[in-house]
Amino acid sequence: MADAATAPSTGTAPHGSTGPAETRRDFLKLTTAAMAAVGVGAVVWPFIQSMNPSASVLALASTEVDLAPITEGQSITVMWRGKPVFVRHRTADDIKAANDVALNTLPDPQADGARVQKAEWLVMIGVCTHLGCVPLGQRPTDAKGDFGGWFCPCHGSHYDTSGRIRRGPAPRNLDVPEYTFVNDTNIRIG
Amino acid sequence: MVGLHKSEMKNPVVRWIDERLPIPSMLNQEYAKFPTPKNFNYFWNFGALAMVNLVIMIVTGIFLAMHYTPHTSYAFDSVERIMRDVNFGWLIRYIHMNGASMFFIVVFIHIFRGLYYGSYKAPRELLWILGVVILLLMMATAFMGYVLPWGQMSFWGATVITNLFSAFPIVGESIVVWLWGGFSVDNPTLNRFFSLHYLLPFLIVGVVFLHVVALHITGSNNPLGIEPKGPQDTIPFHPYYTIKDTFGLCIYLIVFAFLVFFMPNYLGHADNYIPANPLVTPAHIVPEWYFLPFYAILRAVPDKLGGVLLMFGSILVLFVLPWLDTSPVRSMKFRPLARPFFWMFAIICVVLGYAGAMPAEGIWVTVSQVGTAYYFMYFLVILPVLGKIEKPRPLPESISAPVLRGGGPIMAGAAAKPMEKA
Repeated sequence: MADAATAPSTGTAPHGSTGPAETRRDFLKLTTAAMAAVGVGAVVWPFIQSMNPSASVLALASTEVDLAPITEGQSITVMWRGKPVFVRHRTADDIKAANDVALNTLPDPQADGARVQKAEWLVMIGVCTHLGCVPLGQRPTDAKGDFGGWFCPCHGSHYDTSGRIRRGPAPRNLDVPEYTFVNDTNIRIG
Repeated sequence: MVGLHKSEMKNPVVRWIDERLPIPSMLNQEYAKFPTPKNFNYFWNFGALAMVNLVIMIVTGIFLAMHYTPHTSYAFDSVERIMRDVNFGWLIRYIHMNGASMFFIVVFIHIFRGLYYGSYKAPRELLWILGVVILLLMMATAFMGYVLPWGQMSFWGATVITNLFSAFPIVGESIVVWLWGGFSVDNPTLNRFFSLHYLLPFLIVGVVFLHVVALHITGSNNPLGIEPKGPQDTIPFHPYYTIKDTFGLCIYLIVFAFLVFFMPNYLGHADNYIPANPLVTPAHIVPEWYFLPFYAILRAVPDKLGGVLLMFGSILVLFVLPWLDTSPVRSMKFRPLARPFFWMFAIICVVLGYAGAMPAEGIWVTVSQVGTAYYFMYFLVILPVLGKIEKPRPLPESISAPVLRGGGPIMAGAAAKPMEKA
């Protein structure tokens, strides 16, 4: 309503715009609205950001594992960032099985060599990439799936001895976390 | 419109208040005199029942919160303390637990009532949409409430459902970390779920208020699906429907009490009495029964993102239902072709629920896929097409006409006034 009233008068004013469609009042309204939007965004942002991981959660982001007591064929599970990390001391058969697969047959093609730093040590996050369950296969008595690696009981994803998805709904291979060999028998995850 | 309200209240105290804040007049208008179609059946009890159920959940929830500790180290134990040590804690928790199931039973019947009698059609579209918003809020609230006892199902249910968001490309992973406040479901997650579980019911109260306001603008639908033609077709809400709702409430409370006192854990999962363990996933994760049909839809397709989109889509399609159903006739009573499709839809929903409880393999995957296909076909193909090709049965002239011989429009004059007073 206000525009209609002001439009003719600004139209005739020396510094006013030419048509009734654009007036200085429109400009003021737009800039005010834009400033308000920026202001609201600036106020909302801290609240949104407060829900992201806090400094104390981030501080727990690395963990060290001693590999010495893990015998060949054995697996251990350690906690890192609240998630299980699978560490498997692979046998020669495991490694051979992982290398013998043609990459183009894999749902998420990745060479075994790209997933390990030392072929006998497979380190990966033990969380199914489908919906986050912990796959079975760490204990000798567990079901290991059809490819000798891991099997997720929730929705039936099968992983091979390199932790790659072979069959089932999971979209990706089991994730490999960042880790470094501190020395020959110790790794630091994170 | 400045000045005191012209009150008709007899009691001087009530009148004094009513003149300054006319809530008594408003209540009298909307809940006592309110003209309501006179042909309601018992399916019209369920809105009132849902409202009572919401109040029960909020009251029991507030008392449970006085004893609950939202911390991963104490949550499970504090719930056990409520069950064993807190005076009547077992009763309050069992009411709250089974109240969630009762709430969904009541609301699902309420929704199917709306689907059968076409309550979502013009002019009640917004009323229906507000109802779908309430359903979404209820689902979020129920999900977060189930996480709070921090049992195995709590933890793994939370993990699976929050991981749904990781299906979205690019931003998915960041959303999940943001929801968790960490790198897995952990203490920050439990804390915020408790906060939101306490908040959302009050948002539901707000939307329920809007739902009721919208209802009182359009008036109620009724089993015939035709608008009242005059006062001869309606009766005042009080005492007719207050008493009918009260009777329904008694039946509802008997069922509720039976669940609470005789089979309080029947609808739950034994696994949730095992404390949460982030390293061991239970062999068979299933959500609470009221989520099972949606869970079956999620698992029906082998693609992760596809499943997630279908599951969200199964609720979102309800928002546009008023525009998908092209038939001008509301009640299925007069839609001979649509009626069998409706019952098929109701059966399919139950079958989907059953398939959702079964392991996702073999025949159950096929059943879920067929069910999911029908679910979406019903809304996106069957209802739009039927409206065009179906020849509905003739509608009665008025709500009174089928009941009173020679009734209908002729009665509108002289007979109307005494009817209204009765």
